[in-house]
Amino acid sequence: MLDVQNLSMRFGGLLAVDQVSLDVQEHEIVSIIGPNGAGKTTVFNCISGFYKPTGGKILFEGGEVQGKPDYKISRLGMVRTFQHVRLFGQMSVVENLLVAQHRHLNTNLLSGLIKTPDFRERERKSLDRASYWLDRVGLLELANREAGNLAYGQQRRLEIARCMVTEPKLLMLDEPAAGLNPAETKDLNQLIVSLKEDYNVSVLLIEHDMSLVMDISDRITVINQGRPLASGTPDEVRQNDDVIKAYLGEA
Amino acid sequence: MAANNLKHALFCALVTLIISYPIIGFNLEIQGINITLTGATTSTIGMVLLAAVIVFLFQLFRDRIMSALRSLPNPLPQPRKEPMAENKRARIESWVLTGIVVLALFWPFFVSRGSVDLATLVLIYIMLALGLNVVVGLAGLLDLGYVAFYAVGAYTFALLSQYAGFSFWMALPLGACLAALFGLVLGFPVLRLRGDYLAIVTLGFGEIIRILLNNWTALTGGPNGIGGIPDPTLFGMEFGRRVREEGNTSFHETFGIAYSGEHKVIFLYLIALVLAIITALIIRRFMRMPVGRAWEALREDEIAARSLGLSRTAVKLSAFTIGAFFAGFAGTVFASKQGFISPESFVFLESAIILAIVVLGGMGSQLGVVLAAIAVTILPELAREFSDYRMLVFGAAMVLMMVWRPQGLMPMRRVHIELKKQE
Amino acid sequence: MQDLLYFFQQLINGLTIGSTYALIAIGYTMVYGIIGMINFAHGEVYMIGAYTALIAITGLATLGITWLPLVLIVALICAVLVSSSMGWAVERVAYRPVRGRHRLIPLISAIGMSIFLQNYVHLAQGSRNIGFPALIEGGFQFGSEDTFPMSISYIQITIFITTLICMTALSLFISRSRIGRACRAVSQDLGMANLLGIDTNRIISATFVIGASLAAVAGLLLGMYYGSVDPLFGFIAGLKAFTAAVLGGIGSIPGAMLGGLILGVAESMTSGYLSGEYKDVVSFSLLILILLFKPTGLLGKPEVEKI
Repeated sequence: MLDVQNLSMRFGGLLAVDQVSLDVQEHEIVSIIGPNGAGKTTVFNCISGFYKPTGGKILFEGGEVQGKPDYKISRLGMVRTFQHVRLFGQMSVVENLLVAQHRHLNTNLLSGLIKTPDFRERERKSLDRASYWLDRVGLLELANREAGNLAYGQQRRLEIARCMVTEPKLLMLDEPAAGLNPAETKDLNQLIVSLKEDYNVSVLLIEHDMSLVMDISDRITVINQGRPLASGTPDEVRQNDDVIKAYLGEA
Repeated sequence: MAANNLKHALFCALVTLIISYPIIGFNLEIQGINITLTGATTSTIGMVLLAAVIVFLFQLFRDRIMSALRSLPNPLPQPRKEPMAENKRARIESWVLTGIVVLALFWPFFVSRGSVDLATLVLIYIMLALGLNVVVGLAGLLDLGYVAFYAVGAYTFALLSQYAGFSFWMALPLGACLAALFGLVLGFPVLRLRGDYLAIVTLGFGEIIRILLNNWTALTGGPNGIGGIPDPTLFGMEFGRRVREEGNTSFHETFGIAYSGEHKVIFLYLIALVLAIITALIIRRFMRMPVGRAWEALREDEIAARSLGLSRTAVKLSAFTIGAFFAGFAGTVFASKQGFISPESFVFLESAIILAIVVLGGMGSQLGVVLAAIAVTILPELAREFSDYRMLVFGAAMVLMMVWRPQGLMPMRRVHIELKKQE
Repeated sequence: MQDLLYFFQQLINGLTIGSTYALIAIGYTMVYGIIGMINFAHGEVYMIGAYTALIAITGLATLGITWLPLVLIVALICAVLVSSSMGWAVERVAYRPVRGRHRLIPLISAIGMSIFLQNYVHLAQGSRNIGFPALIEGGFQFGSEDTFPMSISYIQITIFITTLICMTALSLFISRSRIGRACRAVSQDLGMANLLGIDTNRIISATFVIGASLAAVAGLLLGMYYGSVDPLFGFIAGLKAFTAAVLGGIGSIPGAMLGGLILGVAESMTSGYLSGEYKDVVSFSLLILILLFKPTGLLGKPEVEKI
């Protein structure tokens, strides 16, 4: 469903991403790995529309999306999380999820002002969806807390829930396990697999935690210094000489 | 450490002297064509020295004073306290609000004309501040040219009445819509800018509009302004002694009571009250709608909001336009209340006062903004002898609020949303 | 010929005003470069410099001291001392405690400070505008009296030369001195500079002090040039200088110079050929256009949004 072809991104004199290609099929978890500064997040930023790539094509469900504004890309069904959690800190947990459903609620101002039955119906549905996902990630009890006051692991889960209420086709997770303890990482692992299995969402993942990546990925793309290094199944990547060299060389 | 502290304290005291003594300690006086310098009175100089000593002592014992202050209980409501039972709070709140509104409805019949006039002004400021609250408090867009939209509303009514004989009631929606249109047109290009640039660009717009009003003499009368703006009518009844327009009747004759100038003042007050309540209710409703949540989301984290499919321009523009709409609303009422308007009423200072109201009340908090509007307008009137110090105090209050209590005196409270348990 | 002289006259007037804008703009641009905020109170710091200079000049006159070089130097020292102390104090009181908070907060604090300082001077010295004695009179004249006499006054020359000296000194300071190097490091990456053991608080204070000192110089010069001061005198000039800073590319010191000159010329051309009333409209429009079409200014570096 997602097909990235020869993606390049140049900042001034720096070629941050050079001819990277990758694809994500339906019902698949694909991971991008690579050393720090390899350009993984830049790839994400290009795909999600925050950066305009300087070269290459990005196809989503057959249509070219490179250079489209970020919010339009998200509306197509590609939603992402961020390396450093980005919540609406002063808003409550449930409000965070309601904001994300803005699109489903996109009725005109007047119908909201006079509370037409249609408006109430949509509002009720989005509340239901919010409470479903809060329950799913174990935050239902905290629904009216300020999001900024949650513990770090809870914030991570809220961010994923916030993506899921938009009912995406492709979920892009940028280092979701960063800063989590082993138990939380294991929960996350199960959550991601369940998103694929139970909710039919494809996942594109950037992650440093190798055990997580090897466990759940269907395929892996390795990037080093902005260039694609290898790609394949976890086993193939594990045995790839270039990958071993890059990782050992880095260590 | 102690020696260091002493040095620092001495330095701070010295700086205090340097920045206050030359400016306060000497007075430039114009005598004919000459300027002379006179020393200030001994008491003034004493104050300067006292200030330096206070700064010195504060800096010297800073750590101790700060820790003592921190251990004091805070008398103001805490922003993050667990709220009391939700339905109970809502009930109390709605009773209190109803009480205030009823009181506000009957109050003008028992007080002097001057007080009612002042109260009308307070209501105008409430409308302005509620509108700006949408832009600054909710959407997080610092608009320093807000007064421009107020001016558009006021001038729309003034010009329409002068050239086309429009009445207040016809001009009210037109003034508000035209102000909103201005907001839309001006907002569209500038809302892409980052926060601080936006502030300065809106400030520039405000000034441009004022300068244009001042210089487009043929249309706006320039600095002389426009007079003879009609009062509102009540179902075709005028409040003047004599009827100005054909077909209208006069209020006191219709009801067979003696003419009194107070009728008009009270009527205007009531109009302003109703409009202010409408403004508050509409904005309150917006705050609980998707659009209101989108404003706040954009304020909290623009990048996250965009990643969830919110269009930055559309969301900001809606806040900007709605804010401008209510400024136009307030402007029309203001024009009608004054009967005369000139560019003098729409200087940057007005924008600053409205901003101060929003900041003091608590950005995003409607009740806070209303209380702050009342305080900011009435306090200088109560203490006339200190009215010169009004802006000085506002400025200082804005700084202190940002340093100590950026959420304002009455911080915004989040709406409690009851969720059903999933089966 | 006459038209050409008129044009040159406007050009010279514009360059004079523009170079003082540039002096004030330095304060905006350096502060913005380092802590990324608009110091709204900077215009007031400049106004206070002008007032202090006037007080010093009047004071000296009362004492019977009229030897011009001495008067100018004393006035300059007083203005710089008071303004730079003010700049330092403003940062300490209104900006340092709110640094790093949500971006609206320092901005509102700065606006509050600006209003406070305006009214501080207003209360102490009255709101009337006060005449500034013409210390440096006369000038060169070109062209005959019966056509259009173009003139360059000595004060204009003084303004050019002083600005030039200040700018050169500043450039040397930034590129050569230890504090200057630290300034550049802090503006590149504040957190990193902190880790490397640079006392960032001191550097930020130094930036405010330098900016305020240059503003004080501009205060003295413009006070003499315009011949009067009033408490609102800083507000508009501050806005203009900010425009100059943005025009040249905020954060860039040569940019501030260039922006100031362009803005000054644009304004005096408007006054000369259109109407003095509209010169503010022209400069604000210029500001808006620049921000819309080239927000990085003429000499600024493009910014990549950090995600």
